Amino acid sequence: MTMASAAAPLVELRNISISFGGIRAVDNVSVDLFPGEVVGLLGHNGAGKSTLIKCLSGAYHPDAGEIWINGKKVAINNPRDARAFNIETIYQTLALADNLDAASNLFLGRELVSSFGFVDDAGMEAETRKILARLNPNFRKFKEPVSALSGGQRQSVAIARAVYFNAKILIMDEPTAALGPHETQMVGELIQELKRQGLGIFLIDHDIHQVKQMCDRAAVMKNGQLVGIVKVADVTEDDLLGMIILGKKPAHLAG
Amino acid sequence: MTDTAQSRSAEKPRRSILDTMEIDSRLMGMLGVLVLISLAFQIWTGIRALDTFSWNPFAWLVNGKFLSTQNTYNLAIQTVSIAIMATGMVFIIVTRNIDLAVGSLLALCSGVMAMMQTEILPHWLGLGLGSPLIMPIAVICGMFTGMVIGAFQGWLVGYQGIPSFVVTLGGLLVWSKVAYEIVGGQTIGPLDPTFLMLGGTNGTIGSTASWVLGAVVAVLTVWGIWASRRSKAGHGFQVKPAWAEVFLSLVSVGMIMGIVAQINAYLIPPARLQKMFTERGETMPEGYTQAFGLPISVILLAVVALVMTVVANKTRFGRYVFATGGNPDAAALSGIDTKWLTVKVFALMGVLTAISAAVASARLTNHSLDIGTLDELRVIAAAVIGGTALAGGFGTIYGAVLGALIMQSLQSGMGMVNVDAPYQNIVVGVVLVLAVWLDIVYRKRAGKK
Repeated sequence: MTMASAAAPLVELRNISISFGGIRAVDNVSVDLFPGEVVGLLGHNGAGKSTLIKCLSGAYHPDAGEIWINGKKVAINNPRDARAFNIETIYQTLALADNLDAASNLFLGRELVSSFGFVDDAGMEAETRKILARLNPNFRKFKEPVSALSGGQRQSVAIARAVYFNAKILIMDEPTAALGPHETQMVGELIQELKRQGLGIFLIDHDIHQVKQMCDRAAVMKNGQLVGIVKVADVTEDDLLGMIILGKKPAHLAG
Repeated sequence: MTDTAQSRSAEKPRRSILDTMEIDSRLMGMLGVLVLISLAFQIWTGIRALDTFSWNPFAWLVNGKFLSTQNTYNLAIQTVSIAIMATGMVFIIVTRNIDLAVGSLLALCSGVMAMMQTEILPHWLGLGLGSPLIMPIAVICGMFTGMVIGAFQGWLVGYQGIPSFVVTLGGLLVWSKVAYEIVGGQTIGPLDPTFLMLGGTNGTIGSTASWVLGAVVAVLTVWGIWASRRSKAGHGFQVKPAWAEVFLSLVSVGMIMGIVAQINAYLIPPARLQKMFTERGETMPEGYTQAFGLPISVILLAVVALVMTVVANKTRFGRYVFATGGNPDAAALSGIDTKWLTVKVFALMGVLTAISAAVASARLTNHSLDIGTLDELRVIAAAVIGGTALAGGFGTIYGAVLGALIMQSLQSGMGMVNVDAPYQNIVVGVVLVLAVWLDIVYRKRAGKK
């Protein structure tokens, strides 16, 4: 689309549609994502951003449309399929099991096991300590259930999970919604770092200012339909706001 | 992402002795309750046993009947059936479900096993009465029945989305009546003699084997404590001071051998011993005594509790059970097949119910029509008293077993001091609500720390 790259996109969502009880939550939407790129998804609550992205993460199955990864058409039927394509998701609601500790959450669904097939708690805790020492050196609560952690600490666990398992495609659904200003900045820096490493990132956010800062392109949705995809460098924050509210591309790009 | 308040308090020197030894305060609380109940009934029965009232507390304790070897032995045997099911109920409740059908399913499994051993195997299949093959085949058929029905209920809950309360309420009504039809509406007995060994005093291993078994378990326990320490130290984690490990090892060994000693102290009643000798065509020597030793049913409970603890803490399946209970969406998004997990959890409950059915019917020496009635409430109460949270996500196997023991102690103790049945129910009901209230208070305080 707007990117003049010879390489195939990392991800292409082609003409995705999905309905719930007669309501078209996502209506024929196409979005792509290149390596080392951050694409912001903007829109009102209920515009269909999260629903669209859940088709990629395997939580929903689209009624129509295709998903292409590295130039190949793929079938993603459940979250395990998505993980097999190195797609990791950091959810708005922080998909952590509150009653388990950081290591159990980080490895949930992919536990390290000993030769007898038993889960290797000590080994997982050691790995968790290593990765979190890199991401959040102040993290200490390894024994407590994650319900005892602050929003920022919980977010570190969620991000550590994506980083540890070598995500190539990262989906972040309002990663900073529950965080304070300092923690938000840390996440911002982490996104830039992951981008440099060549990951492709879908970032769902309400904060236009943040999207303008962190993203390369922004895809705006309204009522389940795609309003347009723009390079954030070409638009002002007011332009983006106009797209979200009016559902129209700004005049200077509309042609 | 930083949290300075956290880093200040983190890795602080450990303060209390309980913290240092990493002893679960809930476990201590439950053991405390058990000791309190035992002492209360010991004193109560002691006072009743005295001809004239005395103010001497020592006389109360000595004359008490509750902690007599006979009563503790019976208590152990009576607890097994409920405790085995309670370990499975922990998984059910942890995954935010409930199983109201266990009592009814117990009746059905018991009925299937009773028909297998009295009709189908000896007569239809011609094994003959008393064949040693009857017991294992009957038990396997019962376990298969429990597994299939449990899996079916789990399928209705997991894949069809019917609330487990409704599915198992239906099961409560259905399975006991299916059992009634299978046995033709009559008590089935006597059961196979080998099968009866699962029930209690009809199947015990004798005092020597009990000591040996106790010693082996004690050695394995100590080995486990030190292996866990080595593994932690190998990863460079903080470990408990060596004196705490030694103390814990000694306490564990003491408790295991203490239980064996208490069990072995219960001697076979002289009349029964006399009969055993007469049956063998021998005469009993003067002053001869012999202990029952550990009942097979109690060993069975210990094995089930151990296996279930390992499953809960050391396997992926167990991890997924707790993750699903803590946050079903997170579990599903992490690639856990929560529907299939529900089927497996209910199937496991069915198998454990069948094992309980074997123990319960063997203890009664026949399949009676009212077997299992109200067991679902006792099982749920045992799990809940043992600290299983009905909101899901929390629960321990040892808690459920201790919960079952506490319930049975209350029931047995009240029976000994002649509390009328209606009042027994009142007490048990109050204790249940009180236990859950204490648990909520405990959780709130633990959460604030």
